[in-house]
Amino acid sequence: MRATPVPEFMLEPAFDPAGSGRDALGLGSAAAKGLDVRHGTILTLEGINVSFDGFRAITDLNLYIGVGELRCIIGPNGAGKTTMMDVITGKTRPDNGVAYFGDTLDLTQMSEVEIAQAGIGRKFQKPTVFEALSVFENLELALKTDKSVWASLRARLSGAQKDRIEEVLTTIRLESSRHRPAGLLSHGQKQFLEIGMLLVQDPQLLLLDEPVAGMTDAETEFTAELFKSLARKHSLMVVEHDMGFVGSIADHVTVLHQGSVLAEGSLEEVQANERVIEVYLGR
Amino acid sequence: MTQALNQTLLARATAKLGPKASLAVLGLVLIALLAMPLLHLLPADNALHVSAYGLTLVGKILCYAIVALALDLVWGYAGMLSLGHGLFFALGGYAMGMYLMRQSAGDGLPAFMSFLAWSELPWYWYGTSNFLWAMCLVVLAPGLLALVFGFFAFRSRIKGVYFSIMTQALTFAGMLLFFRNETGFGGNNGFTNFRTILGFDITAPGTRAFLFFCTVLLLVGSLALGFALARSKFGRVLTALRDAENRLMFCGYDPRGYKLFIWVLSAVLCGLAGALYVPQVGIINPSEMSPTNSIEAAIWVALGGRGTLIGPLLGAGLVNGMKSWFTVAFPEYWLFALGALFIVITLFLPKGVIGLLRKEKDQ
Ligand SMILES: Nc1ncnc2c1ncn2[C@@H]1O[C@H](COP(=O)(O)OP(=O)(O)OP(=O)(O)O)[C@@H](O)[C@H]1O
Ligand SMILES: [Mg+2]
Repeated sequence: MRATPVPEFMLEPAFDPAGSGRDALGLGSAAAKGLDVRHGTILTLEGINVSFDGFRAITDLNLYIGVGELRCIIGPNGAGKTTMMDVITGKTRPDNGVAYFGDTLDLTQMSEVEIAQAGIGRKFQKPTVFEALSVFENLELALKTDKSVWASLRARLSGAQKDRIEEVLTTIRLESSRHRPAGLLSHGQKQFLEIGMLLVQDPQLLLLDEPVAGMTDAETEFTAELFKSLARKHSLMVVEHDMGFVGSIADHVTVLHQGSVLAEGSLEEVQANERVIEVYLGR
Repeated sequence: MTQALNQTLLARATAKLGPKASLAVLGLVLIALLAMPLLHLLPADNALHVSAYGLTLVGKILCYAIVALALDLVWGYAGMLSLGHGLFFALGGYAMGMYLMRQSAGDGLPAFMSFLAWSELPWYWYGTSNFLWAMCLVVLAPGLLALVFGFFAFRSRIKGVYFSIMTQALTFAGMLLFFRNETGFGGNNGFTNFRTILGFDITAPGTRAFLFFCTVLLLVGSLALGFALARSKFGRVLTALRDAENRLMFCGYDPRGYKLFIWVLSAVLCGLAGALYVPQVGIINPSEMSPTNSIEAAIWVALGGRGTLIGPLLGAGLVNGMKSWFTVAFPEYWLFALGALFIVITLFLPKGVIGLLRKEKDQ
């Protein structure tokens, strides 16, 4: 576990000035009205296979994420973590297998845009923001609202929407950079901006691919608190290599290896698992 | 991407420096353009008289400037380099040409059809003697073609250089089609020998002045529309699309609709420009669809500075001004000069003339 030396930079007050707990974030509920989650799982992956020109990146993968859960996915390079997110978000189509969002939405039949609109948000492994636009404009585009062409032609930010953006700007600590082009931000700031874009997008399931890469210890600490505050109202799937970070946020960890689940359980459990040790340390 | 970034940085830096100065220059140019048709109406011996040649030349360049602006919307903002905008321009021109041919043919068939010994009009010529229907065709022909082409191209996610090549192939195919006599558009001679438009003599100073005035109006309108779009959320979505299309999709935007909208709008603007070009220049033939014409349009935009709206207008003015001087002074060297110009821009002026002007101002 990592040391926690910087209390002044972390924890609730930064993003919860009203002190009224998570609800003050105004992040909405874990499952929107349209989404059927009677069985308590927000994401179901069963028997997923993905191969690239004969190379099997994902083999017979089974994974279930509960509503409001904060799940960490770990695994060595090339284990298929990013590919799994590609499958969930519709970027890559699985060769076979089932992928359901809630109980009824078949992800394998939906386009990327439909999946995003249904409520799955994603942060890329390489931070991807709109470089030519300002920080504020990046958040404006991500904001949860009607995203059709006609709506964009006539869009005006309402007072409530502006407040929401300001709130998130404070949360991700980029208030003073709001008018800077996003391309000029540091790597860590871009990571935060992308997380901020997810916050204003307000998805029910957040997929975060290596969110703390390139962040300082203090920033990592802060991100851990932020994610913990998001859980329950949202479901999160976090891919990370930083074990300290994983330990500080996750109650449940899944280890991926060669495209399928190797072990699942608390971090202590999986770290004690023989096969996991083998995979990580080599024989 | 860093290039686009520098561009916006510069834009932001200069926005503070001299918006008033640039507005003043723009205003002066506009006043000069509005004065030209009036000066053309003066008697020929007046010192301030603008000749028909001069008016036509500037009118032609203004039509090209509208094409440059339209191309900038899809290339500079949405990042799709079209090398086929000449096709949309020519289609608008041909639609207007059909009306003008019917005007000069009166009740008979257009001259070229009589030559081919055709006895009746092909179906697509019906109604073209009606000015309003011809104006609808000016919008519909390029608009529908762009809609169908864009629909399939964007649905198949054709991007980058593949997109450019396909647009280039499209205009080339159009040229070959229009070259054929059987297509019913006058083959390689195209349309010419126009007499009247809405009953007015097409070479009369009043008609020329009015057409010129309409061109200025269309240019100003397109510019205003361009600025409104660039400032809207729609414009920011286009910029986002250019820089990180994937990210945009995962934010819940469907890029296809956005691309299609700006693509069709751009094609229609080109069509309107073509429709104003033909009566002023007095001829339209398939060479307007030649691939080099569309490539030249891309050079105007690159030279002026893409993604700036004003830049492409400057670029179209500069290149065409040079061209009309060159083709009189040393006609055989124009293509070399154009090539050299293109190399110079790519090497030394990545942000175009606008970028250069802004840099000067900054120092
Ligand atoms: N489009 C593709 N074409 C071919 N092979 C691919 C493609 N995408 C991923 N792969 C391969 O699939 C395997 C899994 O890749 P993936 O990116 O999912 O791993 P990862 O677990 O995210 O690794 P890392 O920790 O390095 O990010 C790798 O061996 C990779 O080379
Ligand atoms: Mg990865």
